[in-house]
Amino acid sequence: MSTAPARLEGRLESHLRHRRHEGRKLLVPYVTAGMRPDWLHVVRAVVAAGADAVEIGIPFSDPMIDGPIVQAASHAALERGTTPAAVLEALSGADVEVPLCVMTYYNVVFRAGTRRFASSLAEAGVAGAIVPDLPLEEAGEWCADAGDAGVATVLLVAPSTSEERAARIAARSRGFVYGVGRMGVTGERAQLATSALEVARRVRRVTDVPVCIGIGISTAEQAREVCAEADGVVVGSALVRRLLDGAPADEAAGFVAELRHALDET
Amino acid sequence: MTASLMGPPDPSGRFGSFGGRFVPESLVPACGELERAFAEAWGDPGFHAELDAVLRDYGGRPTPVTECRRLSERLGVRLLLKREDLAHTGSHKLNNVVGQALLARRMGKRRLVAETGAGQHGVAAATAAALFGMDCLVFMGAVDMDRQALNVFRMELLGAEVQGVESGSRTLKDAVNEALRYWVAEVEDTHYCIGSVMGPHPYPYMVREFQRVVGTEARRQCRELLGADPSWVVACVGGGSNAAGTFAGFVDSGAALVGVEAAGGAAMGHGVPGVVHGMKSFLMQDEAGQIAEAESISAGLDYPGIGPEHAHLAEVGRARYEQATDAEVLEAFALLARTEGIIPALEPAHALAWVVREAGKAIALGDTVLVTLSGRGDKDVAQVRELLS
Ligand SMILES: Cc1ncc(COP(=O)(O)O)c(C=O)c1O
Repeated sequence: MSTAPARLEGRLESHLRHRRHEGRKLLVPYVTAGMRPDWLHVVRAVVAAGADAVEIGIPFSDPMIDGPIVQAASHAALERGTTPAAVLEALSGADVEVPLCVMTYYNVVFRAGTRRFASSLAEAGVAGAIVPDLPLEEAGEWCADAGDAGVATVLLVAPSTSEERAARIAARSRGFVYGVGRMGVTGERAQLATSALEVARRVRRVTDVPVCIGIGISTAEQAREVCAEADGVVVGSALVRRLLDGAPADEAAGFVAELRHALDET
Repeated sequence: MTASLMGPPDPSGRFGSFGGRFVPESLVPACGELERAFAEAWGDPGFHAELDAVLRDYGGRPTPVTECRRLSERLGVRLLLKREDLAHTGSHKLNNVVGQALLARRMGKRRLVAETGAGQHGVAAATAAALFGMDCLVFMGAVDMDRQALNVFRMELLGAEVQGVESGSRTLKDAVNEALRYWVAEVEDTHYCIGSVMGPHPYPYMVREFQRVVGTEARRQCRELLGADPSWVVACVGGGSNAAGTFAGFVDSGAALVGVEAAGGAAMGHGVPGVVHGMKSFLMQDEAGQIAEAESISAGLDYPGIGPEHAHLAEVGRARYEQATDAEVLEAFALLARTEGIIPALEPAHALAWVVREAGKAIALGDTVLVTLSGRGDKDVAQVRELLS
């Protein structure tokens, strides 16, 4: 585990490093695939509004790190008959100009088989994967298969992660390091947790892989605040809530544009 | 071969290829802390002395083994019951929660959070929290709150807060999700007191060790009663804690070990390997890996998964896993009441139902059979009355 393989950056990471190099803060909106019929249109709209990558949730029946908003979106997607295969088929024809990164739970990967799932992501043009219930110690097989297929596995560092452990996680992570902004599940919060800044600093000390903070980043102000320490943000529930409330795709994209604007001012 | 069975799992928390620690990074340090705390406590004679004293003086252990004379005659086999229904709070669940509450206190945690299906584990957790002066929050599926309303009130009487879960199938699996979500946010001062041999390492191992007392006592009691080990040891399986505790006492004996699942919640019967709730085990799921909703009259067995050690025991052939249908269970429930004057919980009525069905078939006439009667039926009486009317 300690001997990381020769570092292959991959498409997701080189793209994000390049944008960071240009002085840009990274914006990664999250959309649950299949949550409503026009979800792919939403993905294109948030890219047009300034996303640097998009995190696409493949819905799972038991999303244990998700709060009520993403749970509701996952539930709606499953009710609509959304399957991993259907999501990947839609993505393979999506034709968006930034990298896509899927987020799903390990049982979806394991059921398909790690090798098969990795190659189906690659075939669909997906650049990365986030599997939040697959911590470092359990991730070896998946990371190897994903790596072989050219898919970056984004690993997570939490407020409870020690700096020594964060270094080992960062050494294995590809694309970016997902810094968990607070102890808790996904969801909107009125205030930025101080842990978000601490996690960003901790990851920064141990790696130069881009670090994006997610979980509890809900407003433009919070995004700007955390980017004082982080390279970027992942914004999920705040966007998904608007989509659940029935906001048209361009209105949801308006929120992403607002985030973009705030980040560009930093 | 059997010597190595039901010992500690490997360093990754695996029994064979099952188990592990599939949790979000936020919880990895807490699981590691718990693993170390349990290893230290379990190696400390002082901890054992305190646990044993509470289980004896407060919990009513050892529980007896009762020979069922009338039912044995009727079935043509010699039937013995390990009477966990006589333990305080009415089920085997107390063994585990007293262990975990003592451990939580050692770790400086002030609050217990628990999931519950039938409400027996929730009641036990609320009881231990009251005994040790801790806060207790119990997550329970809304469906289960309806069918086990009396246990909801018992938990509240004991000072616990019961939170209904409206997500998913609104039963045990969703209560586990909600308890895990809560734990992520409150891990600093909260111990997640899991109610069965499931979840991430070290839970399946730790809970089995806390339930081992059932099998250890029963082995000794069978020797005293029979002068030998029984030929069959049978227990119901939801997550599998009463079965694991019982099997641990007999794994190195010649007894055949049988776990009985609800036909509508049969992870071994209908499932395939998968990962949920922190563990790799057998799971009822669809082609895409979405977890199926179990469906059983017994809230305590209404779970699409099974503890990973059971998956391993099945794989190596040391235990077998069978099923009982709702109809068979209701019959066995009434049969034990009428022939022995014992009203069992619906969960162990599954184990009885399998014995009733297989006596003279898989079980040869004259064989001795030990069934773990994991709990008493008071909580189920109202539900059964409705089902039978
Ligand atoms: C009396 C009784 N037996 C058995 C069970 C199932 O749990 P396990 O399989 O962990 O023993 C329950 C769960 O609620 C129960 O209340």
